[in-house]
Amino acid sequence: MNSDVFAPWEDPQAKPLIQFQNVTKRFGAFTAIDDLSLDIYEQEFFALLGPSGCGKTTMMRMLAGFETPTAGHILLGGQDIDPIPPNKRAVNMMFQSYALFPHLSIWDNIAFGLRRDKMSKRDLEERVEEMLRLTRLEQFARRKPHQISGGQRQRVALARSLAKAPKLLLLDEPLGALDKKLRQDTQFELMDIQEKTGTTFVIVTHDQEEAMTVASRVAVMDQGKLMQVATPDRIYETPNSVYVADFIGDVNIIEGRATAQGDESYQIDWAEGQPPLTATSATALSKGQSCHVAIRPEKVAISAERPTDAINAIQGKVHDIAYLGNLSTYHVELPNGTIIKAQTANTRRISRRSFTWEDPVWLSWTATAAVLLEN
Amino acid sequence: MRRAFLIAIPYVWLLALFLVPFFIVLKISLSDTDLAIPPYTPTLDLSAGWVGIREFFSQLDLENFIWLTEDDLYWKAYLSSVKIALISTIFTLIVGYPIAYAMARAPEEWRPTLMMLVILPFWTSFLIRVYAWMGILSNEGYLNQLLLWTGIISTPLTILNTNTAVYIGIVYTYLPFMILPIYSSLERMDGSLIEAAEDLGCSRLQAFWLVTIPLSRPGIIAGCFLVMIPVIGEFVIPSLLGGSGTLMIGKVLWEEFFSNRDWPVASAVAVVLLLILVIPIVLFQRNQQKQTEAEQ
Repeated sequence: MNSDVFAPWEDPQAKPLIQFQNVTKRFGAFTAIDDLSLDIYEQEFFALLGPSGCGKTTMMRMLAGFETPTAGHILLGGQDIDPIPPNKRAVNMMFQSYALFPHLSIWDNIAFGLRRDKMSKRDLEERVEEMLRLTRLEQFARRKPHQISGGQRQRVALARSLAKAPKLLLLDEPLGALDKKLRQDTQFELMDIQEKTGTTFVIVTHDQEEAMTVASRVAVMDQGKLMQVATPDRIYETPNSVYVADFIGDVNIIEGRATAQGDESYQIDWAEGQPPLTATSATALSKGQSCHVAIRPEKVAISAERPTDAINAIQGKVHDIAYLGNLSTYHVELPNGTIIKAQTANTRRISRRSFTWEDPVWLSWTATAAVLLEN
Repeated sequence: MRRAFLIAIPYVWLLALFLVPFFIVLKISLSDTDLAIPPYTPTLDLSAGWVGIREFFSQLDLENFIWLTEDDLYWKAYLSSVKIALISTIFTLIVGYPIAYAMARAPEEWRPTLMMLVILPFWTSFLIRVYAWMGILSNEGYLNQLLLWTGIISTPLTILNTNTAVYIGIVYTYLPFMILPIYSSLERMDGSLIEAAEDLGCSRLQAFWLVTIPLSRPGIIAGCFLVMIPVIGEFVIPSLLGGSGTLMIGKVLWEEFFSNRDWPVASAVAVVLLLILVIPIVLFQRNQQKQTEAEQ
């Protein structure tokens, strides 16, 4: 592994900044976080991703100090922070609603946290100006929050939470209130600012694209448990469960039974009268074990003739076509009724599609394109 | 045409119900007392025509207003009314704010019930409730009985017919007018603002002082005016609960009118009272306007 690449989670010597140690959080009879352990390292941009109600916001509120774990401990820099109230933690949070103080100007909003630290007037002014520059808000300093746009408010919230130079910055759905175009621009801005300040960011989001774009590592959560924690490309390319594969991006899932074929290679019987599929798996599967083949639509090739060199090839007919401009997605119906999605990049301008509805086509993919998942 | 008509309706209403009575009172305040029915002179005699109207206006004078400045009873009564109004407004705020705060913090399903409890006293007559306080505060009243029974005091306290009783009566009566505007400003407040303040290093108390209080300020101002303005002219509470030492302009006005049968002086007192009240009313209107602008 290249030592320049930022990957402290692969270094056994690295000390994590945050450690969740068997943390459980219950609200009455409802278990929000279920015996969860997790390490987050310094300077990481860590994303907690999951559907609403999966416990990601509870994790964040426990880090900020608004909730305490029912069982287990949270360590920040090796220190147990459970008994420390939110105002004494070196952790700041950017709220989903931004929570800007409506009675204070932008300048005073950013200075709010610094004023609590009994900073000298000069240092305070310098720090506020620095934050205004960082978030490009200089000309709005004297305005009140209701006099600026949503995108600007988002930047004020960021500047205010960064002003105290926290060890850890929490971002609760930071871009949820912005429209799509602005959201994409802001994602890159967030990454730039994170890099410039070197602060550890933990972001909570339900938007998988956002998590994949900004994060160094993503934790996919469901029902208070971590399903998978890995870098965005590992999460996408090697999901460890059907849940993760399905939650992140688009995926085709084919159920079948595995038979070992050789080294890490398996043959999957998935339907009567259909040729078996071939896929590789790092984890060993016993003979006849039921499993899922997960394959991303962009890894499925579509052609009129049977490709001669493809290991996996199935015939079907075009059921639906979605033209997205840069991509086209074909929904192909197999003889047994299963729909497989295949995606092609429209790298050239097309005047006429090569396939149309009801056309018989061949779908093919390589042996390593699919991921084999146990039940 | 239609527009003019629509605008005219409220103005006609205002004219009939406010301006006409006001000008009648103003006219009486410029007249002199007389042993007649009505007990003042001059009265307008339209049958005499233009000469009669001229005659009528020539007899009006500012004598009663000059009289108000000559006898120190009146300015003392005005001053004392304003003082009592200010002090009782502060007490009402001290009692009302925590109640409004607790209501706004209560679980959502409880709030309509709590609101109901605040408004409930309005369902019975105000006069009867003030009489009830006489029963509570008198020397043999429930309060003294309770205090004697628990052994906190050995001789009954004299509360009724003192200024203390007036303050208690005012705070009790006007409390809802303080609670409701404060509650409505607190209820709208986003709870995450307090969390944000704590997150940025405030203790609970600091967060309350730096965020909750400034954000509920429009409600506090509205509540204070809603209490203070009517209390300055209050008559029933000081006359039932207060003693001979309680000097309030409402009582003076009543005495001029009914005991002395001096309608012109009583009217002059009322006109001056209105002029005094114009100042806080204008300030109140400005506060309301500023709030509406801020919300836009």
